[in-house]
Amino acid sequence: MSELKLQIDGKEVTARSGATILEAAQSIGISIPTLCHHEKLEAHGGCRICSVEVDARGRTSVVAACLYPVEADLVVRTRTKKLERIRKSLVEMMMAHAPDSEQLLALAEEYGADRERFEKDASFCIHCGLCVRYCAEIKKKNAVGFIDRGPRKEICFIPEIAAKECWECKECFPLCPTSALQAAFVLIKSLSFPDTLEPGPKG
Amino acid sequence: MDTITIDQIIDKHHCEASSLIQILLDIQSENHWLPKEALERVSEKLAVPMSQIQHITTFYKSFSLVPRGRHEVHVCMGTACHVRGAQRVLDSVTEQIGIGPGETDVDLKYSLETVNCIGCCALGPVMVVDGEYHGNITPAQVAETFKNYE
Repeated sequence: MSELKLQIDGKEVTARSGATILEAAQSIGISIPTLCHHEKLEAHGGCRICSVEVDARGRTSVVAACLYPVEADLVVRTRTKKLERIRKSLVEMMMAHAPDSEQLLALAEEYGADRERFEKDASFCIHCGLCVRYCAEIKKKNAVGFIDRGPRKEICFIPEIAAKECWECKECFPLCPTSALQAAFVLIKSLSFPDTLEPGPKG
Repeated sequence: MDTITIDQIIDKHHCEASSLIQILLDIQSENHWLPKEALERVSEKLAVPMSQIQHITTFYKSFSLVPRGRHEVHVCMGTACHVRGAQRVLDSVTEQIGIGPGETDVDLKYSLETVNCIGCCALGPVMVVDGEYHGNITPAQVAETFKNYE
């Protein structure tokens, strides 16, 4: 694959074509915050916290670094006043859903986000889709998916699949940036298959 | 809804995963709602995971995962209809068929929904039953209209 040169935060970077801005930045040690990104999964572009400014084709625009493919002579800025404002607002909005998430608290600290800015609507899910995509792409079980849309969108386990597959796996649990996933699992378990015993040490 | 009918619908669309929404729409118009068994059959035949079908069927308002009546009643509550007395029409409909918006009666005869505009404001207030438009309807005419449905 051909290589091309671009500029990130004033530094020259060589990246292979097809790579994303996020990958190019990581290769030279520039960190861009992410929430919905996972290196084993397809980029999702759901959280927008990785937004960066790019100068391309004579104009400046804000794009998601995890999705935007590198171009020759692209000029990227990962830290500007405007981006900090955007990230601050995003964190504040996500905190309305998951006020106690450690990842969000760390980001709030960094960008000076006000945890109390928006009225709390504690669904605990920020729709990063990590659990949904991990289950579909890596495990190929599709035990969890999104339902509904807009403000009512939430994650939901498929009881029949969850009862069979999830006890043994639970690999999505540590991926969740909030505690929404575990809560959803406990809920579906108590509603749909409460009699399933967790295989404990006693057997 | 029996498996044969579902299979016929699936075969009509050549069993292609890309026709998923079309298949679901056909089942919906045949059966008025999407029973779980039908969705499981579709999932199996098209090799589309249930989580994705669940996502799609809850995303679009035209799909229903709960039983619906044979006749779909829509009462427009848009601005033009509202100022011309849509609320009184809705109250009259509720009184006639005994169910509120979003509900279905026990005989599975009617399902009632309110809509926000159906694009024919000049006819307001408007009620639509099974795609048939009843414009300039008065609360008194509502009872008469429902006599024609079995």
